[in-house]
Amino acid sequence: MRTPIIPVRVALVLALVQALAACSSIQPWVKPFEREHLADPIMAFDRNPVSGSYRDHVFESREGARGATGGVGGGCGCN
Amino acid sequence: MQLIVTSRSTARRVCALALVLLGGLAAATAVAGVLPEDRADVLYHRYQGGGITIQGPSVLVRKKIGENFSVAANYYEDLISSASIDVKLSASAYKEQRKQESLSLDYLHGKSTYSAGYIHSKELDYNSDTSFFSVSQDMFGDLTTVSLSFKRGWDRVYRDVRLPDRSLVNDPAFNDGRGFDIADHRGYGLALSQILTRNMVLSLNYEALTDQGYLASPYRKIRFVDTSGKGFSLADQIYPRTRTSNAFSARVKYYLPYRAALDAQYRFFTDTWGIVAHTAELGYTHPIWKRWIFDGSFRYTRQSAADFYADLFPRANFANFMARDRELATLQSYAVGVGATYEFSMPHAPWINKSTVNLRIDHLLINYDDFRDATVTDPGNGILAGAEPLYKLNANVLQLFLSIWF
Repeated sequence: MRTPIIPVRVALVLALVQALAACSSIQPWVKPFEREHLADPIMAFDRNPVSGSYRDHVFESREGARGATGGVGGGCGCN
Repeated sequence: MQLIVTSRSTARRVCALALVLLGGLAAATAVAGVLPEDRADVLYHRYQGGGITIQGPSVLVRKKIGENFSVAANYYEDLISSASIDVKLSASAYKEQRKQESLSLDYLHGKSTYSAGYIHSKELDYNSDTSFFSVSQDMFGDLTTVSLSFKRGWDRVYRDVRLPDRSLVNDPAFNDGRGFDIADHRGYGLALSQILTRNMVLSLNYEALTDQGYLASPYRKIRFVDTSGKGFSLADQIYPRTRTSNAFSARVKYYLPYRAALDAQYRFFTDTWGIVAHTAELGYTHPIWKRWIFDGSFRYTRQSAADFYADLFPRANFANFMARDRELATLQSYAVGVGATYEFSMPHAPWINKSTVNLRIDHLLINYDDFRDATVTDPGNGILAGAEPLYKLNANVLQLFLSIWF
């Protein structure tokens, strides 16, 4: 028995169109006046950039992994 | 009616999921829609461990210009004193200095922030220039920020030699008499920051990095079995001249009911050298007594070795590529950190809105699974090459800094 490929594809396209249509009418589910906690400095991902970038540099110089830390580092011969 | 609401809600969740999936990539250098605060930081940093001490200052100043621009400048310095296990094996202890300057500009236009910058790093045997550009866009009622970034780096690598008067100079014989080699870097990032609830925010980051050129340390050596003497001899490392890596990270921060924050992060890393790494970190932030904020964190990394890494190769010229840099070894890395911030009023400086003094200490432990302490090889006492104890790195990292907002 053959798999009904075309109907499956059509269904996927319709689902994607439905999802994208929802994007156009998306409403913020957390209103600006409800973001008091998020605005607290303790909620910042990098509260002290000078410290965070130094710490990233310490790890990056001693491990093989790098990147996706949210900052931009320059090059150095640091090992 | 209820059915319609459910349907819209479901569609919205599907849409949010689609955005999350589409949004993976990163290097969120700026939060769109709002420029960073005017601020200055003066930091003293000190790393001590494994026979190495690296210390120095870092100064970061950020200032708005008008309503739409913000400029940031950073000066960073490393004073290095090294008698590490690598130096003991194949070279002699040394001291050197690295200086790094960077300048960046952010431009806010509506819901978009454009950032561009330049970083220059200079040490006696390594010069590096990096430029970067990123654009961030707020959308969906400022619940979502998407950032795209690109960076490009140009490095020059030298090898130092010591003259009879003990001074260090660049070796003119390095790289077949050219005296230097080059390394070029490119980085592409995509980031998505998403407000999930009134107490939770999510950040997704993807970054692809590519390198081309001389990517090894010119000082470190491989060792191979040699039955004479200690049972091994040393030879130059041979690295591939290209590398491409992919890193993906997800981070969640959650506001606790009693004004504290919980932070969880995971990063997956893989590259064309065969390294696969997983990093997880948990953090906790707790303000207390109005003026104090305390931080604690635990970070764990596990990585597999590069395909061309070995602690002891069977013979010289065993393979096209051979490395013994311990950063490429199989390892587990643990870091425990604590920090304290104290907010105070700066006397006689009414233009300063807020000032803090901060102390952070991290202890780093790295256990290597296939990197041995080759400095203790002693066949006469039964410590044969390849059977030495595995190496462990213990290091303390201290940061003391003053921050002012103006």
